[in-house]
Amino acid sequence: MSNKSDQRSMDRRHFIGGTVAAAGAITIAPGVILHAVAAIKEEPSAGASSKHRWGMVVDANKCAEGCSACVEACDKEHNIRGHDRPRTDAKWIRTVKLKDNQTGRINRLVMMCQHCEFPPCVDVCPTNASFRRVDGIVLVDRHRCIGCRYCMMACPYKARSFIHEALHDQAVSAPRGKGCVESCTLCVHRLDYGNMKTACQEACEKEGHAAILFGDLNDPQSEISQVLLKNNSTQIRADLELNTGVRYLNL
Amino acid sequence: MRSSFFRRKCITGLLAGIALAVPALQAEAESSLVTKGSEAASLDTCVAPTQEIRRYHMEFLKHDRDEVVIDGDRRVKYSLAACVNCHSGKDDSGSYLPVNAEEQFCETCHDRLAVSLDCFQCHRTTPDPTIKKFSSSALNRLHDRSIGATAHVDSTESSGLFANEPAGIQRD
Amino acid sequence: MSKMYYRELYCGTPVRYWMGLALLVAFIAIGLASALYMEHEGHWVTGMSNQVVWGLPHVFAIFLIVAASGALNVASIGSVFGGPLYKPMGRYSSLLALGLLAGGLSVLVLDLGRPDRLIVAMTNYNFKSIFAWNVILYSGFFAIVGVYLWTMMDRSVKKLYRPVGFFAFFWRIALTTGTGSIFGFIVAREAYDAAVMAPMFVIMSFSFGLAFFIITLIAAYLWSDRHIGDLRLAKLKNLLGVFVGAVLYFTLVYNLTNLYATQHHGIERFILLDGGVYTQMFWIGQILIGSVIPLFLIYSPAFDKSRWAIVAASALVLVGGFFQIYVIVIGGQAYPMSLFPGKEVLESGFFDGVIATYVPSFYEAALGVGGVALALALVAIGSRMFKVFPETLEDPEEA
Repeated sequence: MSNKSDQRSMDRRHFIGGTVAAAGAITIAPGVILHAVAAIKEEPSAGASSKHRWGMVVDANKCAEGCSACVEACDKEHNIRGHDRPRTDAKWIRTVKLKDNQTGRINRLVMMCQHCEFPPCVDVCPTNASFRRVDGIVLVDRHRCIGCRYCMMACPYKARSFIHEALHDQAVSAPRGKGCVESCTLCVHRLDYGNMKTACQEACEKEGHAAILFGDLNDPQSEISQVLLKNNSTQIRADLELNTGVRYLNL
Repeated sequence: MRSSFFRRKCITGLLAGIALAVPALQAEAESSLVTKGSEAASLDTCVAPTQEIRRYHMEFLKHDRDEVVIDGDRRVKYSLAACVNCHSGKDDSGSYLPVNAEEQFCETCHDRLAVSLDCFQCHRTTPDPTIKKFSSSALNRLHDRSIGATAHVDSTESSGLFANEPAGIQRD
Repeated sequence: MSKMYYRELYCGTPVRYWMGLALLVAFIAIGLASALYMEHEGHWVTGMSNQVVWGLPHVFAIFLIVAASGALNVASIGSVFGGPLYKPMGRYSSLLALGLLAGGLSVLVLDLGRPDRLIVAMTNYNFKSIFAWNVILYSGFFAIVGVYLWTMMDRSVKKLYRPVGFFAFFWRIALTTGTGSIFGFIVAREAYDAAVMAPMFVIMSFSFGLAFFIITLIAAYLWSDRHIGDLRLAKLKNLLGVFVGAVLYFTLVYNLTNLYATQHHGIERFILLDGGVYTQMFWIGQILIGSVIPLFLIYSPAFDKSRWAIVAASALVLVGGFFQIYVIVIGGQAYPMSLFPGKEVLESGFFDGVIATYVPSFYEAALGVGGVALALALVAIGSRMFKVFPETLEDPEEA
């Protein structure tokens, strides 16, 4: 059917199709937020500053047999309550006891999120919920977390927990909820208000073991830097070259 | 012929819908939804004028949450925890009710407008009695000042949104 | 070549179609109810835990997604590789691909901890994450295969058929590479962290997709009293045989390489020898049922003329494929990560060093089966609404 006039012939199907396409494009276009990979972002912020790199050192020799004060303190600090379901209950810090296969030496230590410089969990998170703050603390932004658990698959230290049930009575400074993933935050809620001691370190000192020390790895004058300078320390799974923020002595 | 009749039906329906919606929206603007017995009930105004806070509270919260979580900048003016602290109501025995429970502060609006609340899957719904220091400077200011109309305006941090706003929630 | 007529699918008796659809809808409803329960209660009601974070729903989802990209193969052979006997089946191939992907994605999304946040996933992208790329690849697949189907059905855009066909072929390779890389990019676990995961998934997609295609094609034609020629079926059968052999080859390379590296002896021992249910699934499920018996059914002269052998072989390939993905996804998680090489874990507060237990719950199985039902239901509805099935698939006169 040829149309002699210069009007575009537009039947109803085409018009509806065109409108829908336009509406779709307009709806989607402003919604796509390209979020740069947080690990590379080095903007200075009024809060976190890349001048610092927060880390921890754990002395396996001082970690006492049968003690779990740090675990209890962490649970209390963040209102982490178990539900008698050890397989699904969240755990931000845990004790591990090892025996060397060849030499038989027994070791005891605590494991938590290692706050890597190149965290695999940050790499794999599809929504940038898992991110590394500029001062080195690896966190989960629960506003973005969709609960896909890919970060839990990717974490080489099995540091992350998924919340398997609805929660109530959360700690004010540790909002946590069903369907999101979480892990040790190096007590960032304490740090950001000037309290430089994590709950686990505080508890360990109170017990008299002082196996955990938190501090600024970038500050050569800090206690942790002095300790790491004088003593031989290792990273767990050092071969992965993730440059963890948590180091171990006597392991 | 069929298409023009259809078009007329559409336009009529649309106009009728708008005509019905307007008085409903008007009604929203007038009533107060502050929970009786909450701390907010004893205060003259919220941290921002009522219409402002009603319309923009999510914008304020989203801005603050990105600053706090991603940048670690804790200098937020009004935190969600401060809202909960102020707006939580108490039951007969004097213990706090969850702020998002039925007929409590959040739900009265959100239920009516059918906007689902996502915050309290993770955030605490009652004030935490053990907290002494609060991240909301605004809450502290409200406590410190004598009850007055414009004290919530902090002129040094004014962004133009709150300046020169008359205070007051119309109570029914 | 005589003109090819396409017709909507009408079964011999209407009851068969509608009862079949009703059955599928019932499975979908149960799946949805299970998903709702899991989301409402939280994942503690499932068998998944902090040790095995991806369970049966993910096995189903990955199985369907991998099969979806493979189902498009027949259409690609018709348009990209110039196989005239495959070309008439291109429309159905596209429809099946769309249906399977929809089914797989629905299971994946409904198992998320926060499925209500899907819009966050679609608007916040971390482009270093292969998962984020997969979101784009999966959504794009719908669009591209939709356009592909359109070029096959609408004569006015027929000239776009070949370029879109090429584009669709490369897109589906990218998609399956992305799916395999979900595992291949994980450095943490011994069973993953292998470059071979991506091409292995591509080959698996060829195999599973074609098996799905053959079974559903034969079923549809049987129930609608239409004919498929022996030559065409023989071609499909032989192609399936090649793909099954290829999957076997990739499995061999993957395991041999791991066996060579002392570091990976643990996981190999686990899968091949003393992993209990995972070892059984590997040898009996994947190798015997999924590869050896189908190869026998396909290539043995005794079954040369038998259609039931083809159907049986396809079905067994699917069963074996399901077990293969189960071993990859769940076996790979069940085996403990080696955080302390050379040391034995005596005690741990978080199940370090022990093989994780995983027992699927009914809800997970229901969700997975619901996804399969959704895929088949979409295909059933699509083939009733659109002309995707050729009137007849008899062999052409000139052989």
